[in-house]
Amino acid sequence: MILHWVFLMPAIMAASFVAILAFGKKLPRKGSEIGIAAVLLCIGIAVFSAGTWIGHVNDAHHSAAAPEKVTQEAETGNGQAVAAGEIESPVAPITTEVTWFEIGGQKFTVGTLVDGLSVMMFLVVTIISALVHIYSTEYVGGDRRYTHYYAFLSLFTASMLMLVMSRNTVQFITSWELVGLCSFALIGHWWEEKPNSDAALKAFLTNRVGDVGLMVGMITLFWASGSFDILRINQMANAGDIEHLLLLVAACSLVAAVMSKSGQFILHTWLPDAMAGPTPVSALIHAATMVVAGIFMVARFYSVFFHGLSIGDGNLNLLAIVGGVTVLGGAGLAFVQNDIKKVLAYSTVSQLGYMVMALGIGAWTAALFHLFTHAFFKAGLFLGSGSVAHSVHSFDMKQDMGGMKKVMPRTWATFMVCTGALIGIFPLAGFWSKDEILTGGHMLGTNNSYEIFMVVGIIGAFMTAAYMTRCIYLTFYGEPRGAAADPHHHIHEHGKAILYPLYVLAFMAVVAGFANWPFGPDSLKLRFEHYVQPVGDYFPAVGALEFNVYIALISSAIGLLGIAVAYAYWFRGAFHGATEKSRVARAGHTLLVNKYYFDHLYTGVIAAGTAGPVARAANWINQNVIDGAVNGTAYLARRAAHVMYDDVDQKVVDGIVNGSGAGAEGSGQLLRKLQSGKVQQYGALLFGGAVLLAGVLVFTL
Amino acid sequence: MLINEFLLLGAALFAIGVYGVLARRNGVMVLMSIELILNAVNINLVAFGALHQDVVGQVFALFVITVAAAEVGVGLAIVLLLYRNRQSIDLDEVDSMSG
Repeated sequence: MILHWVFLMPAIMAASFVAILAFGKKLPRKGSEIGIAAVLLCIGIAVFSAGTWIGHVNDAHHSAAAPEKVTQEAETGNGQAVAAGEIESPVAPITTEVTWFEIGGQKFTVGTLVDGLSVMMFLVVTIISALVHIYSTEYVGGDRRYTHYYAFLSLFTASMLMLVMSRNTVQFITSWELVGLCSFALIGHWWEEKPNSDAALKAFLTNRVGDVGLMVGMITLFWASGSFDILRINQMANAGDIEHLLLLVAACSLVAAVMSKSGQFILHTWLPDAMAGPTPVSALIHAATMVVAGIFMVARFYSVFFHGLSIGDGNLNLLAIVGGVTVLGGAGLAFVQNDIKKVLAYSTVSQLGYMVMALGIGAWTAALFHLFTHAFFKAGLFLGSGSVAHSVHSFDMKQDMGGMKKVMPRTWATFMVCTGALIGIFPLAGFWSKDEILTGGHMLGTNNSYEIFMVVGIIGAFMTAAYMTRCIYLTFYGEPRGAAADPHHHIHEHGKAILYPLYVLAFMAVVAGFANWPFGPDSLKLRFEHYVQPVGDYFPAVGALEFNVYIALISSAIGLLGIAVAYAYWFRGAFHGATEKSRVARAGHTLLVNKYYFDHLYTGVIAAGTAGPVARAANWINQNVIDGAVNGTAYLARRAAHVMYDDVDQKVVDGIVNGSGAGAEGSGQLLRKLQSGKVQQYGALLFGGAVLLAGVLVFTL
Repeated sequence: MLINEFLLLGAALFAIGVYGVLARRNGVMVLMSIELILNAVNINLVAFGALHQDVVGQVFALFVITVAAAEVGVGLAIVLLLYRNRQSIDLDEVDSMSG
């Protein structure tokens, strides 16, 4: 079965990485053709395995359900579906495993774990990666490190696929670090400019902070369960075989990893800076795939989080609070950015906050559904912004854009569709997924304990609508400014390689939401939940959600209100001068422009505060301790060398050498007399010897 | 069987041969003395073969005669070359192997 062979995908991409590095430069398209061919092959495998998985789930239900309950649904194309409402029968994940190495009796294995979650991630990763590969042929075309760029895209795709099919925690951590490495390399793709290499370093180092949490969490889980096996850890956590305290420690440590990888407050600061990388990289890594690794980790170890943080009991917990703060904090920052990619980056931070928040309140499917839809429309927005920026050679909306709708109508159209999906306009993708998260806030928890997060989500929706309207106004409407107004620039729409990925993503932004369509007959309803959400002893009993028409109406109304307010402010010029007139507004603006002073805190206070004393202490230790040790060692070595030379070397060693020479000469002088050259003398000695031996033989025997 | 006589004959021949090899200065005489030593061995082989009623002794002696013929051929060739180079076959003068 194909589901046993999914490891082929990372294998193909890794082979592509090696091939591109080895002889990419000699090929006519500088190696991009290898990467594109490999990733298209992977899409084939991913689609095929998704189809097989759907069949697998149907079979599991089919064999569990009584035959008369099965209804034939030809129009879905999915074969037979079980009537909903009955208890879902477990669907076993498909696993494979081989031993990697063995130390001290502990086996380390690598393998694949395929269930609905992995299959969904395969689709997202391969599709976005393929579109980015194609888009990059034009966007990065002619770059001096074009071949290396494609090599790293391949390596990234391989690592990400490996991550989402991880069988055990060791493999998980390895892939987690590998995607981080690729992110570092691709952010710093144009490393000749200092800000880019700084951004790459910042991303890497910030992620190291979270990785400490990852290591602590994973080690805790290993000692608690005695196993690296992800399924086993989840099963034990679910069955209550691991102490609650240990689960709590593990879950809280892992939240740190989620904060760094998925750009959650307070470790989000690297993500906007990561926009220094090429735009397709931002779309692939920093919007659609790598940054959702944290979300994926929570989803994969959901039993640990669910029981460790007592999500099932409706407690307010770290995960939900971190997510909630990020939703509002990220959205607030998106208002004051002039760089179009940074607006989208903070928007990503905010949307990732939605996912973390949803996981924190137990709305597993809602979070993963939002991940699914967000990947498409956010990648579409990034690629669209790249299309605009590629024309004006700038990312600054205020300086170099404006009025782009006239010159780039196709990019404008896709950007509008994706923005609609992000804001959550009915019936685009974001509407369905965001609505599910809000419904989760309303329905889950005990005594409406999670209602606050629904409110947070609705406020976030308002802010999202407003900052995206601002972004669209500054980019596509108004008078052209700077480079956009410069007649020498010849701004025009781009070729197929850039436009077709945009069309595909815009199309997905429209239809992806129907994957979890909440109406209609059971065979059409909530298909995403049906096929993606695991059913079995390794997954906790999360609450089910039902579509709530009031919440949908409220969130839509709020979204439209956000658009209206922003429209009035930017398009019509209402309430202008608020920051000049109101002290509160001005203070808020300053706070946002300075990004809540997080960067100042990190570089100015924490880094400088630790770097100064540490440097001084290091200097003191260097001067006194290390130099003393070095000098002392050198002195001792010199003394020892003198003793060695005078006594040992001159007397003993030379004595032995000279003595053996003299001895050899003397014995030689003695023995040379025997060598007379006279054969008969030799013969006499020979016979003499023989006689001697004969005598010995005769007289001793 | 009177083996002692055969062994005594062999011993005498061997002793004469050894004396010839060590004492004679003429190369050809040394070669002839080597033949004496070999024939002393042959007598012993045949005598012991007869004593043990075993034909192997005679077979071995035949082998020794064959090898001796080859050996004396090589030896005579050496002596001949020696004479050609030095106009002499006096072994005392041949000491170029001296150390």
